[in-house]
Amino acid sequence: MRREFSDAIEKIAIEDEKVVFITGDLGYNALENLQAAMGNRFINAGVAEQNMVGLAAGLAYKGFKVFCYSIAPFVVYRCWEQFRNDVCLHNLPVFLVGNGGGYGYGIMGSSHHAIEDLAGLSSLQNVKCWIPAFSDEVEPFLNQIVADARPAYLRLGAGKKTPSLDTDFGGLKLLYKASNAKGSIVSLGPVANNVMNALENEELSGQFNVFTAYNLPMKIEKEAFQLIQEAEKLLVVEEHVSTGGLAQQLSVQLLENGVSLKKFVSLRAEGYPDGTYGSQTYHQTQSGLDSQNIAIKLKCFME
Amino acid sequence: MTTTISNSIEVLQDLKKWQGTLRLKILNMYFKANAGHIGCSLSCIDLMIASLMSHKRKDEVFILSKGHAAASLYACLHELGEISDELLSTYYKEGTVLPAHPAPNKISGIPFATGSLGHGLPIALGIAQANKILGNDETTYVLMSDGETNEGTTWEAAHYAVAKQLDNLIVMIDKNGLQGFGNTNQVLGISADATKWQVMGFEVAECDGHDVEALYQQIDFFKNNKNGLPKVIIANTVKGKGVSYMENRLEWHYLPMNPEQYAVATNDILKAYL
Repeated sequence: MRREFSDAIEKIAIEDEKVVFITGDLGYNALENLQAAMGNRFINAGVAEQNMVGLAAGLAYKGFKVFCYSIAPFVVYRCWEQFRNDVCLHNLPVFLVGNGGGYGYGIMGSSHHAIEDLAGLSSLQNVKCWIPAFSDEVEPFLNQIVADARPAYLRLGAGKKTPSLDTDFGGLKLLYKASNAKGSIVSLGPVANNVMNALENEELSGQFNVFTAYNLPMKIEKEAFQLIQEAEKLLVVEEHVSTGGLAQQLSVQLLENGVSLKKFVSLRAEGYPDGTYGSQTYHQTQSGLDSQNIAIKLKCFME
Repeated sequence: MTTTISNSIEVLQDLKKWQGTLRLKILNMYFKANAGHIGCSLSCIDLMIASLMSHKRKDEVFILSKGHAAASLYACLHELGEISDELLSTYYKEGTVLPAHPAPNKISGIPFATGSLGHGLPIALGIAQANKILGNDETTYVLMSDGETNEGTTWEAAHYAVAKQLDNLIVMIDKNGLQGFGNTNQVLGISADATKWQVMGFEVAECDGHDVEALYQQIDFFKNNKNGLPKVIIANTVKGKGVSYMENRLEWHYLPMNPEQYAVATNDILKAYL
């Protein structure tokens, strides 16, 4: 999604002279055009993420809409307090952009993974986290982030095109509605592609309501609860740890809205279960987020 | 426009008067609240008199990065008419918008909530950087404690300020030599050291942090010296300045005053300043 991001942000930055873009010394072979187009509104703040976010708050106070860009873990963890105190508590238009959410940086190792980011960020005041599952969502999400002009986090990953569009239920996007559904699936981020692959299985195809969750914290509309209630079984798939992740946040919403399920299964990032490292696919498989395991879980729903 | 000392006798009279009146106001606030952080407010109040109270224009920004001295900020804003008597009387009480550390989004003269150290300088850089982009002729002021310069953001931000030539930024460091649990030279060494800041590329002035006239003049010079260098005033101060039994005592970072101590404190200030 990095290319889609840089193309979209370039358009926004040229149209809106109040946009400032700060990078934490990253963007080689991706942001050169943006740098040339933005002039003094493009800032390399160096390898100093805490200062980058405090700086962004000051710029936002003076009327700018400010992007802070880095690899996801670097723009989330180190500067969480700056984002909380300086940005979110003042409801300022500062937008963190994290490239490679989840296990996106694969063999680069645990320092480069962001699997607790949404728990940390979506808990803050005034914030909205945006998690595209598909690459063609990046541009409309970015436009909305700038229009909203409130604290935001955009978690980028490696995504394909949205398979079929799509009904929006306020943070939940319905990609497929099954008649006489055997259950529902809600996934978060590009791991949705693994769900789509699992559903290519003949036995499973057309049997499930398929959603992606793209905003945290979420505020879901009634129709989505009705669909989930009617299907009675729910599988949640996310490349994020259980604590503070999609399954936990969604289950509170379901309980508060009186949804009662026969089965609830959560597939999530399990960290580094045996201390070994590999590609994003390797880590997804270790956590049971691969399409084969997703298919196994869904087959249990058919019984 | 440059303000010179010779044509601003009235300003100087105000500065000197405020040294006493604002100290009395601060002591009264802390006594009524039965609260601590008195020593740190008394060490930085003269820096605030020479910047926030006298130099800062309405369109400019002053950030109290050492948020634990909020009472001194509230006292100044009260004196400037930005906080009413009624509002000031709620300080430290249930339901107040004037808690021990400044709150977000409540008072126009408090652009940012502070209290966790090491936040004010990066924010001030952002404001100074915005003024550069917009072509505004505004100075941004930020007041830090010397203990606060232990924070890593100080060093990230200082390098940024130099690299981006933010000569519209004035950093003030209240160097009272005491921090949370010890003398600064014994905790991490002197991170508010003039040579260190000079080597990083700041234009440095080391001053007596209680000589309001000298501080006022220094800020006046810095405001008008647009030479590409960010400015820092390293102000040698005394924790608890003006109250005999508080001066240079670590415990007055934390303790509230009893009625007898309050009486002595106000008497000390009256004798020394008014």
